[in-house]
Amino acid sequence: MGEKNSKQFDPAATLETIENQFEMFQILNEEGKIVNEAAVPNLSDEELVELMSRMVYTRILDQRSISLNRQGRLGFYAPTAGQEASQLASHYALEKNDWILPGYRDVPQIVYHGLPLWKAFLFSRGHFVGNQIPEGVNVLPPQIIIGAQYVQAAGVALGIKKRGTADVAVTYTGDGGSSQGDFYEGINFAGAFKAPAIFIVQNNQFAISTPREVQTAAKTIAQKGIAAGIPSVLVDGMDPLAVYVATKDARDRAVRGEGPSLIETMCYRYGPHTMSGDDPTRYRTSDNDSEWAAKDPIVRFRIYLEGKGLWNEEKETEVIERAKEEIKEAIKKADEAPKQKVTDLISNMYEEKPYNLQEQYEVFKAKESK
Amino acid sequence: MAQMTMIQAITDALRCELRDDENVLVFGEDVGVNGGVFRATEGLQKEFGVDRVFDTPLAESGIGGLAVGLSLTGYRSVPEIQFFGFVYEVMDSISGQLARYRYRTGNTFNMPVTIRSPFGGGVHTPEMHSDSLEGLMAQQPGLKVVIPSTPYDAKGLLISSIRDNDPVIFLEHLKLYRSVKEEVPEESYTVPLGKADVKREGKDLSIFAYGLMVHESLKAAAELEKEGYSVEVVDLRTVQPLDIETIIASVEKTNRAIVVQEAQKQAGIAANVVAEITERAILSLEAPVLRVAAPDTIYPFPQAENIWLPNYKDILETAKKVLTF
Repeated sequence: MGEKNSKQFDPAATLETIENQFEMFQILNEEGKIVNEAAVPNLSDEELVELMSRMVYTRILDQRSISLNRQGRLGFYAPTAGQEASQLASHYALEKNDWILPGYRDVPQIVYHGLPLWKAFLFSRGHFVGNQIPEGVNVLPPQIIIGAQYVQAAGVALGIKKRGTADVAVTYTGDGGSSQGDFYEGINFAGAFKAPAIFIVQNNQFAISTPREVQTAAKTIAQKGIAAGIPSVLVDGMDPLAVYVATKDARDRAVRGEGPSLIETMCYRYGPHTMSGDDPTRYRTSDNDSEWAAKDPIVRFRIYLEGKGLWNEEKETEVIERAKEEIKEAIKKADEAPKQKVTDLISNMYEEKPYNLQEQYEVFKAKESK
Repeated sequence: MAQMTMIQAITDALRCELRDDENVLVFGEDVGVNGGVFRATEGLQKEFGVDRVFDTPLAESGIGGLAVGLSLTGYRSVPEIQFFGFVYEVMDSISGQLARYRYRTGNTFNMPVTIRSPFGGGVHTPEMHSDSLEGLMAQQPGLKVVIPSTPYDAKGLLISSIRDNDPVIFLEHLKLYRSVKEEVPEESYTVPLGKADVKREGKDLSIFAYGLMVHESLKAAAELEKEGYSVEVVDLRTVQPLDIETIIASVEKTNRAIVVQEAQKQAGIAANVVAEITERAILSLEAPVLRVAAPDTIYPFPQAENIWLPNYKDILETAKKVLTF
């Protein structure tokens, strides 16, 4: 290409211009200092303490869940430690009637939205009662098919828009999930329908063993919002204040009828991908871990709140003790759930049983009554 | 009553349900202002507005996700997949999601969704338009699969499907859209799901068929009558779940049966009908239950349709094998 033409047509420069739009949004740095005064959210002291309590509680929930899994008292479990800001500060920006379409790692959000903890444990064990969401709690069970929650979120958001209520649909996936077709279709549908959806990508650097760089040549995942023509932002996912502000801002725009947003939260999972045999030492170095340990969302938020005189060791111990107690109670309640029967599973298939299930129901009912 | 083609009967069913239930939504690729690529949704957007009948981006998986999400907010979706060969794009949304919601949430959420989609051969469509893939759907617990063969059945079955509170796959045969006309009531009525229909009574042989093959079977039955055979033709209408009662009653009366499908022999649902008959009525059988089906190749290039698709001659041949066994 001649010199004259390259000045008129320079796709490399276009790409660079786009990538430069996505600087990381941060409010609270690793030392717990405010670095973006103008962006500090208008949260009361009580609200700040509540957010910190939820993050500490969830860290304990993670530790206990790993331990209960190792004892065989829980089943499928995807660790959450490191993602407390990304998960709980985004959830904290939501309202009661908003819908949450979680991925398999997003159990904390649906628990804080109203799913009883003992049911979350039954989900882990594999019991249908765990997925019987209480009436009025607008969440779905954790989605196992990566990306499916995205297209469904577009549908929920369109439904909300048609009903004319001031709610939003919020969904989560990981960095690997952004490579799925349903990821793109979901954000594109919501964009085309100008539907009130918030799409959150928790970029925890690894999809099982595959690093983020192997997923895409795109410098950020946030910039994928451009393909759908929707606003998007890259956020420090270890910073609770930044995650809260980004989600709140997206929610405000959504309920004003301005359509969906994409939020990439840059974070890290300290634990393995799941407790089903993944060994992160095969693909992560201790340098990775210590680099991100220094960014711990709980550590920086603790420093920030202690500086404001809102937090101390006593308060933290109180939350930890409460968490342990409630977890113990919840596991006990999960233990008490009646064992599943094939007739239960048959009855949950259709409103009215077709002939084949009616026949099979009778067969299993007879077996179960023996 | 009015004379209607199947496509008119389908439009009429959609109109009745859009009118009677404000939660009914019709959407898909080009179903809005264009009225659908086969005019199945002709005039509906004009009558009910763009909020009720609307176009979507070109992405089948997204359409499936839309249906799931809209159900969660209380809507009753009737999405269209332009041709059923495109179902592979939306297999997760249908089999992995829609079909499973009631079960996976322990009966707390349900999906009142009817997916309409055309299929079927004989009209020289390009690749992946005419494939018979009902067998895939029939294997998925949580779904019902409906295939009408007449305008009357199409309207009544579609209204039943839309009112059903679980997901229904409603497959419309392209060759039947305009080739048959019959009297169809103008008001709303239902034809029950899971119920077969005896389209012709007989006592020497039962032919079980669905879709276009019902008409080929009726043609074969008329030929066989000339040779002195009395043949019963049963239109399955719903291929999952099967109407076991009607199927077995017919076999017990005639003692001989064949199952006719347009799909390849290794596909479709004929093997399931044979297995049910074998399990439940083997002592009534005077001969094995044989199948009429397409060869186990990929769906033919358009110019090869007439040598590949099963027709009434194949049915005659197989029927005689069973009658003279």
